[in-house]
Amino acid sequence: MTVSASSQTQSTQALIGFDPQGEMPSNEVLLKMYTLMLTLRFWDERSLKLQRSGRISFCVTTKGEEATQVGTVAALRATDWVFPAYRQPGIPLWRGANLESLAHQIFGSAKDVSLGHQMPNHYSFHHLYYASVSSVIGTQIVHASGAALAAQAKGTDDVAVTYFGDGSTSANDFHSALTVAGAKKAPALFFCVNNHYAISLHVSQQTGAKYLADKGVGYGVKALRVDGNDVLAVYQTTLAMAERARRGEGPALLELVTYRLNPHSSSDDDARYRLKGEMDGWIDKDPIPRFEAFLLEKGVLSLPQVDALKIQVEADVLEATKIAQETPLPDWQTLIEGVYAEIPATLQADLDDLLAHEQGLSLPHPGAFPL
Amino acid sequence: MNATMTPSSQMTSSLIERNPETPITMVQAINEALFQALESNPNVIVFGEDVGISGGVFRATEGLQAQFGEARVIDMPLTEAGIIGSAYGMAVAGMTPVAEIQFADYIFPAFDQIVSEVAKLRYRSGGDCACPMVIRTPYGGGIRGGTYHSQSPEAYFTQTPGIKVVIPSTPADAKGLLLSALQSPDPVLFMEPKRLYRSPKGLVPVDPTPIPLGPARLVQAGKDLSVFCYGAMVDICQAAATKLQESDGVSIEIIDLRTLSPIDEASILASVRKTGRALMVYEAPKTGGYGSEISAIIAEKAVEYLKAPIKRVAGLDTPYPYSLESVYMPHPVRVMRAMQEVLGF
Repeated sequence: MTVSASSQTQSTQALIGFDPQGEMPSNEVLLKMYTLMLTLRFWDERSLKLQRSGRISFCVTTKGEEATQVGTVAALRATDWVFPAYRQPGIPLWRGANLESLAHQIFGSAKDVSLGHQMPNHYSFHHLYYASVSSVIGTQIVHASGAALAAQAKGTDDVAVTYFGDGSTSANDFHSALTVAGAKKAPALFFCVNNHYAISLHVSQQTGAKYLADKGVGYGVKALRVDGNDVLAVYQTTLAMAERARRGEGPALLELVTYRLNPHSSSDDDARYRLKGEMDGWIDKDPIPRFEAFLLEKGVLSLPQVDALKIQVEADVLEATKIAQETPLPDWQTLIEGVYAEIPATLQADLDDLLAHEQGLSLPHPGAFPL
Repeated sequence: MNATMTPSSQMTSSLIERNPETPITMVQAINEALFQALESNPNVIVFGEDVGISGGVFRATEGLQAQFGEARVIDMPLTEAGIIGSAYGMAVAGMTPVAEIQFADYIFPAFDQIVSEVAKLRYRSGGDCACPMVIRTPYGGGIRGGTYHSQSPEAYFTQTPGIKVVIPSTPADAKGLLLSALQSPDPVLFMEPKRLYRSPKGLVPVDPTPIPLGPARLVQAGKDLSVFCYGAMVDICQAAATKLQESDGVSIEIIDLRTLSPIDEASILASVRKTGRALMVYEAPKTGGYGSEISAIIAEKAVEYLKAPIKRVAGLDTPYPYSLESVYMPHPVRVMRAMQEVLGF
C-alpha cells in the first residue's frame, strides 16, 4: 500500500505570496482595490471616533485585515454567495453598497435595512449576495457549504464563500461545514482570516495544530496558507481556488495569515493580553502601505493621486456618517416586523398596547456595552 | 487529588481583605466567590473563553489565573460544546468545574451537552453517576447589545429537568448563591444579569456565606399584590412599587425567585393566597416564558384566592432589538401600569 499525497499537492506549510508571473487584475481594478482598502481604514477611524464620542454604542474594526476582504472579493463573481463574519464590510462595498447604507446600520437609524435590529457592523445585503451577519461564532461557515450544494443542484458554476476567524476553527460549525463540503466536493471556499487573536486568546493557544490550514486536510478539503497582508497574493490564490471549485474539483480552505491591529472591539483592552513586541513586525506588514508602494512602483498611481484619493475617501466617509447621524431612529412598529413574514395578531396587539400607553414617554436609556 | 469541600461554616478566606461595610458590585462579589472556592477547594477549576489572562470580558475572573495558575483557571479554545463537554468529563472524574459561557446568547452550541448529557446523567444512570458543575453565564438586556448579546434564555433550561437554574439579583445573593451552587450535588446553570454587574453596589459578607438554593427571597412584604420576578427585573419592580405605594397608598409584595428550578412553589402560593393578586415580570419573550409557569401554578392551586386576573409583563415575542431596546425592556412605568391594572380590577 502506498500513501498518496495527490489530493494535497500544495503543502499547507508554505506561505503563499504574490506571484509576479501570476494572474493580475487590470489597472482599473487595482485602483478600485486600493481605494476600497483606504475606505475601510478611514471607515474604522471614523467609527471609533463615533463610538468614543458616544454617537454609536460599539464597533468592531478591520484594521490590518483589509487585504483579506479586498483580495478575495475582487477575485469572485458578483453572484458568488458570501457568508461573512463581522469583519468584512469590504465585500458589500466592493459590490456596490454605498457608505451611507453602512452608516445607517451602525446608527441603527430609520433607514437601516435591518430595521435597527442588530448591533453595529452586522450588515445585511441580500441583493449583493452578502448574507446577514450573526454575532454567533462560526455558524455561518456551514451556510457556505449549503449554498455550494445549491449551486451544484442548480447546475451553475457559482461558488459560495465564507469568512471566519482563527477562533472559529474551534467551533462546531467549522467542522460540520468542512465535513459536508469535503464529502460532497461542494464548490465552497472557506476563508479563515487568521488575525492571531480570538478576543484575548492567541492563536497558538487556540489549537494544537501547527497551522489552521492543516485542519482542512482531514476533511479532504484542499488547504492553503496565504500571506493575508498581500492583497495580490490573496487575489491570485482566491482566483485559482475559485476556478478549481467551479470546475467541480472541490472546496478549499484558505488560511489568510494576517494580524488584528486594533483591539477586538471598542470595548476591549488589548493591553491585557497582546504579546509584547508582536505588533511591531505586523505594522511593517500593514497591507495598505505595501499595496500603495507596489502601485506607485508600477506607475498605476502617482503620489499626488494618492494624496487626493485619501482626502476624497475621508470626506466620503464623513459625509455618509453625518447623514446617518441626523436620521431618526426607526418607528416602534419595526420592533415586531421581520419576526415572521406576517405579523402574528397577538404580537401586534402587544405592541399596540405599548403604543397606546407609552409613546412619548421618556424611557430609561440602556447602559453601555462592556465587551 | 480527592479532597472534599470544606464545610461552609468552616470556610475562611485568608487572602481577601476588604472592609465589609463598603458596598461592592455584583461582578466583584462573583469574583470573590470564585476566589474563595478556588482557595478552599483544590478540586475547583474555573475555565472558559477569555477567563484567564484577560480576566473575562466582564472581569468576573480578574486576577484568578495570576493567583491560582493556568492549570486551575484555564483559557479555553472557542468551543462552547467543548467547554461544557469538558466540564462533564471533569465532574465525572471528581473535579468541581466552573465553566463560563461568555454570553447566554452563545450557550446554544453547548445546548446538546447541557440538555442531553449534563442534565440527564444522574437520571439515566439511576443515580449511579452525576456531574455536579456550575455553568456561569451573563444574560439579559439593557447594555445596547442587540440581538445576540441580550437574550434571556432561562426558560429553555427550566424546561430541562436535571439542571438547576439560579439567577441572583443582588451582589450578596450572587456571592452566596454561587457558593451554594459550588456545593450542589447537581449541575447548576448560574445566570448573571449582566446589566447589574457594576451597579447597584451592595453589602456582601467577606467570609464565604452560602445562601441555600431553592428558597425565594422576600424583597418587600405587602398585602394587596404579589409581584414575582428575578434578575434585573427585581430593581425595576421595586422602583415601580415604591412609586405606586407613594401615589396610591397600596401595599405591594415583591418576591425574587432566585432559584427558578426547582421552583419555590410554597412561597409563590403563600404570597398569592395572602394578597389575592399576582403579577409576573420577566424580560424574556412573553410566550412560554418563566412567568407563564408561575401563572399556571397559581391557576392550578390558588385560583380561588384571586381577586383579579393574573398578569404578565415581559419582552415582546420577538428576538431582542437594538435601536429600540428601551421600548422592549420592561421598565418601571410599564410595570406600574400593570400593577394599577391588576389592583384596579
